[in-house]
Amino acid sequence: MKNFKRNGFVLILLVLLLSACSSGAINTTTSKEKTKEKTDDNSPIKIGALLPSTGVYASLGENLLNGMNLYFEEQNWEVAGKKIEIIHEDTEADPQVALRKLRKLTDQDKIDILTGPVSTAVAYAIRDEVDSKKLPFLDSHAGGNDLTRSKRSDYIWRSSFSSWQIGHSMGEWAYKNVGKKIYVTAADYAFGHEVAEAFKEAYTKAGGQIAGEVYPPLGNNDYSSYLGKMNKEGIDGIYAFYAGSDAVRFVQQYDQYGLKEKIPLIGSGWLTAEDVRPQQANSPDGIKASIFWDYSLDTKENQTFIKAYEKKYNKRASIESAEGYDAAMILAEAINKLKGDVSDPDKLIEAMSSVEINSPRGPIKFDKDTHNVIQNLYIVETGIVNGKTENKVIDTIPQVVDPGK
Amino acid sequence: MSALLLQMMNGLSYGMLLFIITCGITIVFGILGVLNLAHGSLYVLGSYVGYSLIIKAGLPFWVALMAVPLLIAIIGLVLEVVILRPTYKLGHLSQVLLTFGLAYIFHDVFSMMWGKNILVVNPPDVLNMSVEIAGNAIPAYRLALIVIGIVIAIFLWYTQEKTKWGAVIRAGLSDKEMVGGLGVNIHFVFTCVFFLGSLMAGLGGVLGSPVLGVYPGMEFQILILSLVVLVVGGLGSVTGTFIASLLVGFVETFSRFFLPELSLIITFALMALVLVIRPQGLTGRRVV
Repeated sequence: MKNFKRNGFVLILLVLLLSACSSGAINTTTSKEKTKEKTDDNSPIKIGALLPSTGVYASLGENLLNGMNLYFEEQNWEVAGKKIEIIHEDTEADPQVALRKLRKLTDQDKIDILTGPVSTAVAYAIRDEVDSKKLPFLDSHAGGNDLTRSKRSDYIWRSSFSSWQIGHSMGEWAYKNVGKKIYVTAADYAFGHEVAEAFKEAYTKAGGQIAGEVYPPLGNNDYSSYLGKMNKEGIDGIYAFYAGSDAVRFVQQYDQYGLKEKIPLIGSGWLTAEDVRPQQANSPDGIKASIFWDYSLDTKENQTFIKAYEKKYNKRASIESAEGYDAAMILAEAINKLKGDVSDPDKLIEAMSSVEINSPRGPIKFDKDTHNVIQNLYIVETGIVNGKTENKVIDTIPQVVDPGK
Repeated sequence: MSALLLQMMNGLSYGMLLFIITCGITIVFGILGVLNLAHGSLYVLGSYVGYSLIIKAGLPFWVALMAVPLLIAIIGLVLEVVILRPTYKLGHLSQVLLTFGLAYIFHDVFSMMWGKNILVVNPPDVLNMSVEIAGNAIPAYRLALIVIGIVIAIFLWYTQEKTKWGAVIRAGLSDKEMVGGLGVNIHFVFTCVFFLGSLMAGLGGVLGSPVLGVYPGMEFQILILSLVVLVVGGLGSVTGTFIASLLVGFVETFSRFFLPELSLIITFALMALVLVIRPQGLTGRRVV
């Protein structure tokens, strides 16, 4: 008992000492940085990247970062005479963790601009913090509709897509080219539901009929029972939204359970994305999907991009690589417009909002009302070339604008 | 009717897969009383090494099925002797902290070595097709899993219940000191059991990868699944794990079919129900 008391006392003392030390350390660094900013004009522009490097979406985070790194490397890590520095923090695709990491980025690293995240839940979680701190935030992936609708903020702009754009673009096309009765399935989380809703909205408006719907949990490992449910007579197709490991399993099991021969599969581009297809073997053959960028896109910008990417990373660019590359390009453009002075967040936002570029995915610009990107959407079909699956763009839906409500 | 039959087969094959994955951790925790939270990591390591051998090195599936579990078992052996043995005296808390830390170290090492993409192993060519049963296509690999699961279950049950080895292990579970006093080298027995548990993890890793794939963070999903099965089945018996795996497999499959929105909850509700009604698990012995 006596021992315990003494130990406890020492422990408390230690904790007090440690906390005193650490807060002191933080204080000194911040005061140093402040003086540095005033005297030294060559301080780099710090871009915080909140991207997951663990969890289901780990590979997406990695590709986004690769894309950004590639662009800035092409610029020699210098824009408008200023050094660019990317500070990456792992969100673990967890809203709570992300919020903690965001505070680390703003309080400790003093970032000028924020980009990321992959998960929409993360984007929603950090929204208020970003808004109140007036931190310019370019959303480079998370596609939740509300971020540019009811949760819109002056400081949040999105260069990736809204889930509405993904689902809605397929609706009318599917009615004309696939059939009049479709079954809908998506991963059971906010984004999956939003994409499915947008698809249903456009599809039923065109005259189609929804035969039923099912939403397996995110990160599901066995689709057999859901596939049994979908395997209905008299439907013309199945619309599916899955990404990452879910997409690999779903598409493979769709084939293994014999649905591939029976019912055409359509969906969003992540179903047959560049980074999941090698794992799916020949199962994705024949899937038609809507997406805003594809490896096979035959434009000058895209061809240069995919070649440079392959040279640097020795693997193919994915949708997320293109998003990262685009986000970096938009930020660079905005910084250029301000001649490297990013001290005023409102001016930075102003400059960013009027950026118009020809990116690897085609012409993109921002919708000044919704803060969402305006872009082309492509219908891609997967086929087999030389024993391997390849995507091919078969249709373009030009300049899709999110309605913003 | 044929839709129900399909779901039955699905539940059976999923349950067997669960059994193959979780029997390792049951052996280690149930028999040794060592809570090895890095068990999921051993499973994932099995999947990754299997992937490298099959896809990268082009070896046949069967070779990987023999080689990988042995390798994982040896790694498990080293872990047990070097790191875990000193914690036996310290109780579960230190084991949990230590093995959970290990799991994180493994996690980072895996993403360094195999990257962050999901990797999938193709089933062996013989089984890479679908079989028609009553008008439903069922992947042959899943049918094979059912057979393999039954074989493993019989092997483990026989070893535990009918051999002298099993008797020593069961005695060690009840009273370590007494068994030691009777002249049995209990440390050696423990090491062997840990070896067997890791072997099962490796086997599960190879067999599971064609269905589940492998990706960073998977070890924690596997761990949670294993713990659910462990709680439902109860400690210390292969029979319990076998029944629990099948039960969880069936409950999950059928709840997905009938109530897809609630499927996640129902599995955990099953666990909670078992905890309330039979805290020692379905077949577990009452712990005094």
